[in-house]
Amino acid sequence: MTQAISGSGHQVDASTVLLGAQDVTMRFGGLTAVNNVSLTVHPSEIVGLIGPNGAGKTTFFNCLTGLYRPTSGEVRFNGELLPPKPREVVRRGMARTFQNIRLFHNMTALENVMVGMYSRTKTNAIDAVFRLPRHRREEVAGTARAKELLAFVGLSKAADSLSRNLPYGDQRRLEIARALATEPKLLLLDEPTAGMNPQETRQAEELIFRIRDLGLAVLVIEHDMRFIFNLCDRVCCLVRGEVLVEGPGEVVQNDPRVIEAYIGSSQDDDDQFESPQDAPRDSTEAGEGDA
Amino acid sequence: MRSVIPAGVKARFRLPARLVGMFGAALMIASIFLSWSYGHDVLDDVGYYGAPSPLQLFFGLLALITLGLLAIPLVGKERLGQWAHVLAWNTTAKTAAIWSLAMAAVMVAAIAIGLGGLVNVDPGGWLAMIGGVITLVATLFLPDSPEPTLYLVKSPQWLQILAIVALMAVVLFGAAYVLGFDDAGGFLTFITFIVGVAMILQKFGVFGWVGIAAANNNRVLVLSAFAVAFAFPFTQDGSDANMSIASQVLIFAGTALGLNIVVGLVGLLDLGYIAFLGAGAFTAAILSGSAFSTVDWTPPFWLTVLISGTVASVLGLVIGAPTLRVSGDYLAIVTLAFGEIFRITMNNLDGNDGPNLTNGSNGIPGIPDLVIGGFDFGEAHVILGVDIGRFANYYWLMLVVVAIIIAVFMNLNYSRIGRGWVAIREDELAAEAMGVNTFALKLLAFAGGAFLAGIVGSVKAHYDVSVTPDQYVFLESAFLLAAVVLGGMGTVTGVLIGATILKLLPEKLRFFSEYRLLLFGLLMVIMMRFRPEGIIADKRRKLEFHDDDELAEEVEQDLKTHHRHLNPEPKGWDL
Repeated sequence: MTQAISGSGHQVDASTVLLGAQDVTMRFGGLTAVNNVSLTVHPSEIVGLIGPNGAGKTTFFNCLTGLYRPTSGEVRFNGELLPPKPREVVRRGMARTFQNIRLFHNMTALENVMVGMYSRTKTNAIDAVFRLPRHRREEVAGTARAKELLAFVGLSKAADSLSRNLPYGDQRRLEIARALATEPKLLLLDEPTAGMNPQETRQAEELIFRIRDLGLAVLVIEHDMRFIFNLCDRVCCLVRGEVLVEGPGEVVQNDPRVIEAYIGSSQDDDDQFESPQDAPRDSTEAGEGDA
Repeated sequence: MRSVIPAGVKARFRLPARLVGMFGAALMIASIFLSWSYGHDVLDDVGYYGAPSPLQLFFGLLALITLGLLAIPLVGKERLGQWAHVLAWNTTAKTAAIWSLAMAAVMVAAIAIGLGGLVNVDPGGWLAMIGGVITLVATLFLPDSPEPTLYLVKSPQWLQILAIVALMAVVLFGAAYVLGFDDAGGFLTFITFIVGVAMILQKFGVFGWVGIAAANNNRVLVLSAFAVAFAFPFTQDGSDANMSIASQVLIFAGTALGLNIVVGLVGLLDLGYIAFLGAGAFTAAILSGSAFSTVDWTPPFWLTVLISGTVASVLGLVIGAPTLRVSGDYLAIVTLAFGEIFRITMNNLDGNDGPNLTNGSNGIPGIPDLVIGGFDFGEAHVILGVDIGRFANYYWLMLVVVAIIIAVFMNLNYSRIGRGWVAIREDELAAEAMGVNTFALKLLAFAGGAFLAGIVGSVKAHYDVSVTPDQYVFLESAFLLAAVVLGGMGTVTGVLIGATILKLLPEKLRFFSEYRLLLFGLLMVIMMRFRPEGIIADKRRKLEFHDDDELAEEVEQDLKTHHRHLNPEPKGWDL
């Protein structure tokens, strides 16, 4: 194992493996959405997952987080085999955001974050009905922690607004705060800057660095190339469900196959074109994952 | 209401419009001193000259409010100071005119229907109608007021508490008065009056302020609401008829609140909920010591309540465990089927097709009245010089039960469990992906809701004296669901209001009860079109209801700047 060094000079401990996906394959009937993909993530590492639309990135995410049970292959977290149940995955320390924001729209930002703490708290119905000490203790601690997390992502002032009333960029950040509330060791972000303007993208980049500095590893799907190569220690490029190339940013960036996959692989993918400068783009990657 | 008259025309005619409106309002006030009907057997006898009946006085009050809303701005914007723009004078005057006319129309219609034809309407009635139309047309020419901002006005706490207590007192006497009507015309007239006053207060901005006051003094509000509910039997002067309705309303509301956990918080459509009420009622009946009960053991009532709740929640688990794996429409159909299975099973547990538990379709009659700590619920007691009959006793018991259910509902709602439930309702997959144990929580909601229904059932068994399977048909489940949807899913106040409407209207309006399925269906369609969130909307929003002063001030500031932004200059009414 080599020591990877990111652009910011951050040291990654490559001797331990946090997430190890081995030969993950996901078939839907005759369609192989993810084919023999292997990926490792080390603690405090930011890994990027890129690839044209329909490459199977989100499907791979769903396999990692237990929403799908992979047709074959295994996913290990901290050396332990992950059960294909989302809430068990969360309990073990992996949390995610969604490509098309899936907040609890009629709950306040604070409540959204507190839902994230569900698996780390123990208040049961009896505690709640009789307002027993455990309820009060966890409620006070949870509210304080949720406010901290909101402050961390820069949403202190929005704590009491309904999440559906938040601006788009704030909703993305709230989703990250909600995921952080599950106390993860690895955060999976599915297109965290989709639909954001350049300024918001820079804020998101800075936020992800701060998350990494907390000691978390981050696995991020993104189309914005400048964003991903600024951010990531390592980048993995998926094409048609298979790993095309994986390695440090500079290596992937200059690989002719990656450029071909994005620009030259088909005729009708103008809307998938991503120039490194600025990218007008749909905020959602329609269909992927539901294929 | 969108205005049909251009702003320019309004600006030109605003003074004449105000004066003409005042003239119309004066006509309405004058009309109450005239006879409205030729005969005397309609409403509360409105057939005298110079002696207004109570209903005519209420109409006069509405007209007087209209007159006041039109006249007071005449003193000038400077004299009114901040009141010129924190209150919505012109818009409210229009609302008052609409409801005055509506009340006059209801009364005239009641006279015409009650006595057989419009010929029975005397000059007073016509004068009131003419005055109403004049006022309404005139107020249409008034410039619109901006949204009232009374809720931003700071007020001392004693004033807020006083307002809440006064409101509750008005609610008590209003409720007592409205239940006193035994004719549909008078009932509807008074309801129109109440709705009219409520709409006027709403438009004027008073309710916005009361809402803030209520949120700031939550304890006072809850305590005074229960005090009012507790005091209600004393207004009935020993009459059983209304207390019977009131107890039924509470039984219905308590069950609907339990259903509200399942439907309102978790978002699971349960069409067989009445089975849990039935399970509780049958359990209590079997353990009641009735001559027809099939089990000899008669535990004390508190134990019966717990057993009934437990039996119902076990049934909830049995129904829930297999069915909660499906969702949406499928769940609705499966629960509907289970509701029917429960009823048919109760019909068949008669000793022929299985053990004799329920005497089949005869059910268990002759359930004795409760005696708790020497207090016999079947006997009338004289308290403070007022006869408190059997129904009032059960009313008080149900009040305690409903209070407990509300406390359970609220405590669960604002806890880790409640947040998990609402998260499931909002997005089940995201909830699961955030670590929420969705299946266990849904099962808990089913069992918990069933437990509450079982508790209500145990009281209902004694209240009804007899328990039979045909009391627990699908239609009752549908009505429970209607109460929840009509009132506002996920809210307590809304469901209480919804349950009251659905129980009270058929009892008071004979023609309503004949067509109640048709009319409730129509009501639901209208609600879904115009106010799908129900009468009270569940916002889970604490913005205005925050006791954190710093934040409250910040929010307030935000709101102020927001309003400035909308209305660059607070222009208020124009004269």
